[in-house]
Amino acid sequence: MLADFGSDAAVYAGGTELLIVMKERLAHFPHLVDIKRIPGLKEITFNAERRELTIGAVATHRDLERSPLVRERFPALSAMAAAVANIRVRNAGTIGGNLCFAEPHSDPATLLSALDARLTLVSTSGTRQLPMASFLTGLMETARHHDELLVTIAVPEPPSNAGVAYERFKLHERPTAAVAAVIEVADGVISDARVVVGSVGERPQRLPATEAVLRGQPAAAATATIAADVIRDEVETSGSVFESEAYTRQLARTVGRRAVAAAIQRVTGEEGGRRAA
Amino acid sequence: MPLETTDPAKMRLNATVNGRVVSLEIEPRAILLDVLRDDLQLTGTKRSCDTQVCGACTILLDGLPVSACCTLAYEIDGREVETIEGLAGPDGLHPIQQAFVDRVAIQCGFCTPGFVLTTKALLTENPCPTRSEIEDYLGGNLCRCTGYWNILEAVEDAAARVGPANGRSEAP
Repeated sequence: MLADFGSDAAVYAGGTELLIVMKERLAHFPHLVDIKRIPGLKEITFNAERRELTIGAVATHRDLERSPLVRERFPALSAMAAAVANIRVRNAGTIGGNLCFAEPHSDPATLLSALDARLTLVSTSGTRQLPMASFLTGLMETARHHDELLVTIAVPEPPSNAGVAYERFKLHERPTAAVAAVIEVADGVISDARVVVGSVGERPQRLPATEAVLRGQPAAAATATIAADVIRDEVETSGSVFESEAYTRQLARTVGRRAVAAAIQRVTGEEGGRRAA
Repeated sequence: MPLETTDPAKMRLNATVNGRVVSLEIEPRAILLDVLRDDLQLTGTKRSCDTQVCGACTILLDGLPVSACCTLAYEIDGREVETIEGLAGPDGLHPIQQAFVDRVAIQCGFCTPGFVLTTKALLTENPCPTRSEIEDYLGGNLCRCTGYWNILEAVEDAAARVGPANGRSEAP
């Protein structure tokens, strides 16, 4: 159907974003293709061999929040899903819809980028996989073609020596700044780090300079403060009409310090090796 | 879904609304809020922000709160909808409604149906919520009269009235 209707059709899932822009007449689609009744597209499963979570594209934020599997193995992901917008949006809105809409203040996009998620897209001509960074191409733009459907989001389980945290600052419905951090620690020293800032630019940004500074640092609270200054300088802002650049950088610094500190604390703070993903 | 309609541009919708089976012809693009208010005359569901932010149009769809302003009416086909009109029984107000009245958790009243229905969903899921769990769950319902304090007390009161052992849960 998507191939037949071309740009006259939009994929319709939760409708939490799409119906708002259509009601505002910012978008017009003669046809909506509801994909929620496709069997299996809502499932959340964990493959123990590949150590990988697979989220069906029409799983709602609420499904992700309440999945015992996600709560146990990916608590940061569960907590993020529990904080998206409000209870009604979480009941209706889907993870796949959220990612395909590519709203720059998406909570899932920021955390899933840091978790190195891969998206599977299918069309009548085949299947392809894309990492988050290649999928999100710009402000409300993705690499998805008209005739393609996002079917699953695969999230590798972080190693047992990794801590994951997602922190944000929010005044209204969507975050003003958000930072996700995945920090690996070996012998008290940070061995690897992935830090992604979201909501401040057109799409989530990996912060390689911040990650480079983190590697080799002691896994201690003071390290988060060092990283925070690098985050402030490294982040690219999109010149919002609502916030000045200096304010955005300062927010990213504060939220980033909290995220890095929380990730470090999750991996070092608890003896007995409770999984901190 | 059944397609027998007199108007080919319309579709047939069969759903249960407040325990009653309804069958309607709707345009595929019809918004649930309009169908509830205009076709079914259930005007307790309010339009306010129209962007799924304020909670005035909250209804329960298969028991879960959703915004009727941003739900296509066709979504309720074969499903159960509960609006504020469905709460009171032959013996009077639902205990949640009575708690809102007794605690004076109503000022202008425009947000009240949404708050009451969201409270019903909360207490079904979590019969003895803590104050902070109530704040989280109701965080997407706005009261422009800012009567939040009495609303929070009313929800706690309602939990005590409808909770399993009429008791409060342990402290957080």
